[in-house]
Amino acid sequence: MEKFGEQLTGWEEPYGMLTFTSDKNMNLKVLQFLYDDAELGFRFMTDLCAVHYPNEEGKELAVVYHLHNLKENVRIRYKIFTAIEKPDVYTASALFSAANWMERETYDFFGVNFLGHPNLKRILNIDEMDYFPLRKEYPLEDQKRTDKDDEMFGRD
Amino acid sequence: MARPVQYNITDKPLEKPYSIVQGPEGYMGEGFFASKLSDVVGLARKNSIWPLPFATSCCGIEFMALMASHYDLARFGSERVSFTPRQCDLLMVIGTIAKKMAPVVKQVYLQMAEPRWVLAMGACASSGGIFDTYSVLQGIDQIIPVDVYVPGCPPRPEAVIDGFLRVQELVGSENLRRRNSPKYKELMETYGIQ
Repeated sequence: MEKFGEQLTGWEEPYGMLTFTSDKNMNLKVLQFLYDDAELGFRFMTDLCAVHYPNEEGKELAVVYHLHNLKENVRIRYKIFTAIEKPDVYTASALFSAANWMERETYDFFGVNFLGHPNLKRILNIDEMDYFPLRKEYPLEDQKRTDKDDEMFGRD
Repeated sequence: MARPVQYNITDKPLEKPYSIVQGPEGYMGEGFFASKLSDVVGLARKNSIWPLPFATSCCGIEFMALMASHYDLARFGSERVSFTPRQCDLLMVIGTIAKKMAPVVKQVYLQMAEPRWVLAMGACASSGGIFDTYSVLQGIDQIIPVDVYVPGCPPRPEAVIDGFLRVQELVGSENLRRRNSPKYKELMETYGIQ
């Protein structure tokens, strides 16, 4: 980690898993270093997802990378934060092929715009959907829904 | 030495010497039998319904029990479960249908030849069930017409057999002209099917 020094912040180790944060524009450099370095060798991306923190102004969306060193069986978690108004993040799909679909999923549910992704479109939800369902912007039950036939469920 | 078998060791006579479906009402004389064509066709159709299982989730497991020897849907003339819609009479939608899956269900329905029937098995297929959420279709009757709903989460195989017998009732008593009637066309048009 000497290479990046103070640019990596937020070190913590919840449940024994080393976690850190950096500026969102550094994500590819950090991931590439973790991949290339002979001692680190985090060459397997196990998960890529997002979290929405509606109260954290300017960094509402967190993109979380889970990496695995298969040789040493060590896992690591790397987070970057981005503003929800302009959720642009560089794509890791060139480095990890596994990131391709996981970034599509993250875009599908959180609307993170992965710059440079080869095919950034919805993967799980219907193409007509015009919102990002896992953002914490909606009431638990939408009262304006029209697709539910409430007649049979006693909710008038 | 006698084998230590405790069950089914005495021969039981069959209740009837053979099992056969009751024929339709009609007028019989020596060498002829006169009846309504619709009754005969209905009898033939209802005792050889070919189901197409569209199983997506846990209800599908219950459906497997239904098809297996214990509950044995084959007793009702439906041992021939087909996986091509072109040959099937009954579309059994078994399990949660996500909105993304809806066009697939509709396409399968459209590929079936008339006359065709639909059975919705379980709470999810009937109404969306517990998945009161943005991604799940709230009942397949929003995209295709349904003849019989089987409630339950999941329904027991007995319940599905009951639903199946009700499909048989519908099939057996259906008017042969129903599928050409304006009312039926109207129904299809509400689903956007020509």
